[in-house]
Amino acid sequence: MKHARIRYQGQTHNVLVNEDHSVTVNGQRLSADDVTWLPPAQGTVFALGLNYADHAAELAFKAPTEPLVFLKSPSTLTGHQQVSVRPDNVAYMHYECELVVIIGKTARHVSREHAMDYVAGYSVCNDYAVRDFLENYYRPNLRVKNRDTLTPIGPWWVDKADVADPANLTLRTWVNGKLTQQGNTRDMVFDIPFLIEYLSSFMTLSPGDMIATGTPEGLADVVPGDEVVVEVEGVGRLVNRIVSETEYENLRGR
Amino acid sequence: MARGRILLNRQVRDMTLQADGNLLLDNGNPLMESPQWLAPVTGTVYGAALNHCSLVESLAGAFEDAPYKAAPQAPVLFIKTSNTQIGHGAPIPFPAGVDRIQAGGALGIVIGKTARKVSAEQALAYVTAYTVVNEVSQPEDSFYRPAVKAKCRDGFCPIGPWLIDARRVDPHTLVVETYVNGTLRETNRCADLVRSVPQLIADISSFMTLEPGDLLIAGTPLRSVDLQAGDTVTIAIDGIGRLENPVIAEEAAR
Repeated sequence: MKHARIRYQGQTHNVLVNEDHSVTVNGQRLSADDVTWLPPAQGTVFALGLNYADHAAELAFKAPTEPLVFLKSPSTLTGHQQVSVRPDNVAYMHYECELVVIIGKTARHVSREHAMDYVAGYSVCNDYAVRDFLENYYRPNLRVKNRDTLTPIGPWWVDKADVADPANLTLRTWVNGKLTQQGNTRDMVFDIPFLIEYLSSFMTLSPGDMIATGTPEGLADVVPGDEVVVEVEGVGRLVNRIVSETEYENLRGR
Repeated sequence: MARGRILLNRQVRDMTLQADGNLLLDNGNPLMESPQWLAPVTGTVYGAALNHCSLVESLAGAFEDAPYKAAPQAPVLFIKTSNTQIGHGAPIPFPAGVDRIQAGGALGIVIGKTARKVSAEQALAYVTAYTVVNEVSQPEDSFYRPAVKAKCRDGFCPIGPWLIDARRVDPHTLVVETYVNGTLRETNRCADLVRSVPQLIADISSFMTLEPGDLLIAGTPLRSVDLQAGDTVTIAIDGIGRLENPVIAEEAAR
């Protein structure tokens, strides 16, 4: 089943998503276009850097020997069919298609053998980065990775049972309909059980926590007007649009 | 007046500290017993690293070398996840398998209204309260990668005991004292912050939105105070409060 959080007529609802991507709210069937899609879970957001060997090579890094984990706050998250702002006067802002693991129960000192028992399901995120703002302090820093609107996630999360093998899923990104990024979760440097074992070895994970597991090679610059679609096979297809700062301010002012 | 959150009969309750020193529950009833304090905020907790002169001066010679290659331009931020946040009196677990942990006495700045692209001149109008924070961390020998493992362990961010209305406080003149087992071990001054409180809010809100209930940790100095299991650590800011927590071996805290 697909689980989503949506806003409709000023109210937030936790809903199940139907086969045709409609949702049912208070007995009323609403089409996907009639609702505002919100991030599908609420918790701590972990993200992985350089977790695909090909992508690490693309960025001229050797793959790390320990997971490169960074954190995101709710302020950067947005939902399906929303906009993301490209700052004025920057040279390089790129998308990153990622599989997201949704934690389903409290996890502390979990071994990799038992790690999947703590997974509720999976989602998709687009972990945008503005590389102009990279500095070599806590890299990748929040100014690169935690900007308002720059982490679309969703449209929903799917139950673990609905994904046969999370270690063999195709990831794809299209910009304006053109395929620009393609990879497979089998190429992760640190797989999902390892990441849960690693994180829970030093901190407690809670239901709703999210782990964005990194992106393969195939980065490209995106500019205002671009439609960016990231898809993880069998999990979801997340659509969003790049806007300029001016357009964003106009949208907010409406 | 001070505002706090406590756990009473397994329920989270708001309370106030009256000018006469009495505690009042959210329904006006008096509270005469010593309560179980919770962290007094519920939003995202952000910290500013490298924001105290003592720390920056100690590193200045290294900024031009690898891996940094240049001095930091934007605020160097980190996130203290929800599993780190504990109240006054709650134990700080000393993790098994870890050699050293250190106290991090600092001012906590509580956001009162949504702050986005706020100027330094206007910034203090977005602060509703101040509190005391102990930003516990393992020692950091590098600031190159995000310090999740060093800073996000369970119980590594005592906050409180309460919030003090911002109207009564000049954040530039505050002095933060750290005591271990009653002995003064460190004194630092908010006047020595690299970015003042309003400048910090302005620089952060230029790229991400701060929400009501979010907390900013103004900046810990060059760390000098090691903690051991069995210690009691107190962070005191005159006019704000005394935040006291025992340090307990992780096995005993579980």
